[in-house]
Amino acid sequence: MNKRAHQANKPDRQTCCQPAVQIGDRDVSKLSRHWISGTIQTPVGQVPVVTTRLLSSDKIGSYKARWGVGRMASRVEPGLYAVGRPTDKSPVLVSANYKMSFDRLRSCLNGTDSWILVINTHGINVWCAAGKGTFGTDEIVARVRSVRLSEVVSHRKLILPQLGAAGVAAHEVKKYSGFRVRYGPIRARDIQAFLEADMKTTPEMRQVRFGIRERIVLIPAELVLSAKYALCAAVCFMLLSGLGPGVYSLDRIAEYGMASGLLILLAYVAGTTVPPALLPWLPGRSFSIKGVWVGIILAAGIWWYASHSPETFRNQWSVAGWLVIVPVVSSFLAMNFTGSSTYTSLSGVLKEMRVALPIQICCAVIGVGLWTIGLFV
Amino acid sequence: MVGLRYIPDVTTLKLDIEKCTGCTMCTIVCPHAVFAIEEKRSKIDDADACMECGACARNCPEGALTVDAGVGCAYAIMIGSLRGTEPTCDCAKDASCC
Repeated sequence: MNKRAHQANKPDRQTCCQPAVQIGDRDVSKLSRHWISGTIQTPVGQVPVVTTRLLSSDKIGSYKARWGVGRMASRVEPGLYAVGRPTDKSPVLVSANYKMSFDRLRSCLNGTDSWILVINTHGINVWCAAGKGTFGTDEIVARVRSVRLSEVVSHRKLILPQLGAAGVAAHEVKKYSGFRVRYGPIRARDIQAFLEADMKTTPEMRQVRFGIRERIVLIPAELVLSAKYALCAAVCFMLLSGLGPGVYSLDRIAEYGMASGLLILLAYVAGTTVPPALLPWLPGRSFSIKGVWVGIILAAGIWWYASHSPETFRNQWSVAGWLVIVPVVSSFLAMNFTGSSTYTSLSGVLKEMRVALPIQICCAVIGVGLWTIGLFV
Repeated sequence: MVGLRYIPDVTTLKLDIEKCTGCTMCTIVCPHAVFAIEEKRSKIDDADACMECGACARNCPEGALTVDAGVGCAYAIMIGSLRGTEPTCDCAKDASCC
């Protein structure tokens, strides 16, 4: 991370010496981003005007980012942008330089003349960046200064997404930049209503949700996060299947190894996809327990399958091993979904892990032990 | 949050009512409606909904709120303990973490 942050800082430092709006100017002439429709003249120079309509390439970009593809390329140059024909009285909305965050915001500003101040969060979304402190007081104060915002607008108000509050101290921004922070709604789609209501949020706008759609879009990232470990484990089980009485045998890999590898992958897919999708309906508050239920159902399926086609498995030891391994894998993976959820606390996760992790490790040892016995009996 | 509740009785969130001036900032920044205003002062109304994001403490001008803020992410905690650092969301390259 340090290395990455360092690299990300480099171009930023260069632009600090000049007004950040010029980044936009350079953008228009050289990069000509499809979401920049032109420029607007301001007392500090030309500021790029952005469109409010998302094109299919924006949507494909978001989709790819969900799968962890091209995320680092999906950064927006920090600086000031215009929506519509803003004046010195128009509101200033602060956003992260993660393309998906920026796209969400501009797509919700159709018909609203405003300024967007994109700050450098190193391509990370608002809430994550706020947690790290990169969507923070210092960066906002520095960015307000570098784009010479006080010369562009006559008022002294910044509208921040509420989820940025974990990294920003509103009273300090006021103290160091002269701009008063107004926390807007969590969701960009509420921004118009917020502006019409004289910059007041309703309790509904202020509450984070975690509905089925919000959970399902996170599944690809969960799959990607654990993919390499799952593939490693699958290959290990496959290769170990060649062991047994006598010499190492490739026939055994063909006969049992493939199924072993597949079972690991099955547990991985179930453990990363089912808990997010069925989160409210899986019993238990701890994610590790929610994951166990998924594993138990899968194990029941394996047990049923084994009783009908026992030839798939080496022997009863091997089946018993899987009945333990599969719930452990899904429990562990479900536990990792705490990081993507919008309501788990550090204290809570620590409490959960202190109990769950030792049990998971013990069960993993038992499960792999049973399976290994199955190799040699 | 409707429907989804995490483990109760764990939050490190504390409010020093003596310092509170009733500015309502905590009620504005909290994403889980933990606070309520009662008799012109803040009150922790739903402690178990707290996810320890730290937004309230950071935005309290009087320093009346304290919380051990951090990421509630098992993966981050494991990475952190393996490296001997604080739990950090080092999965920045992945879309969802934190």
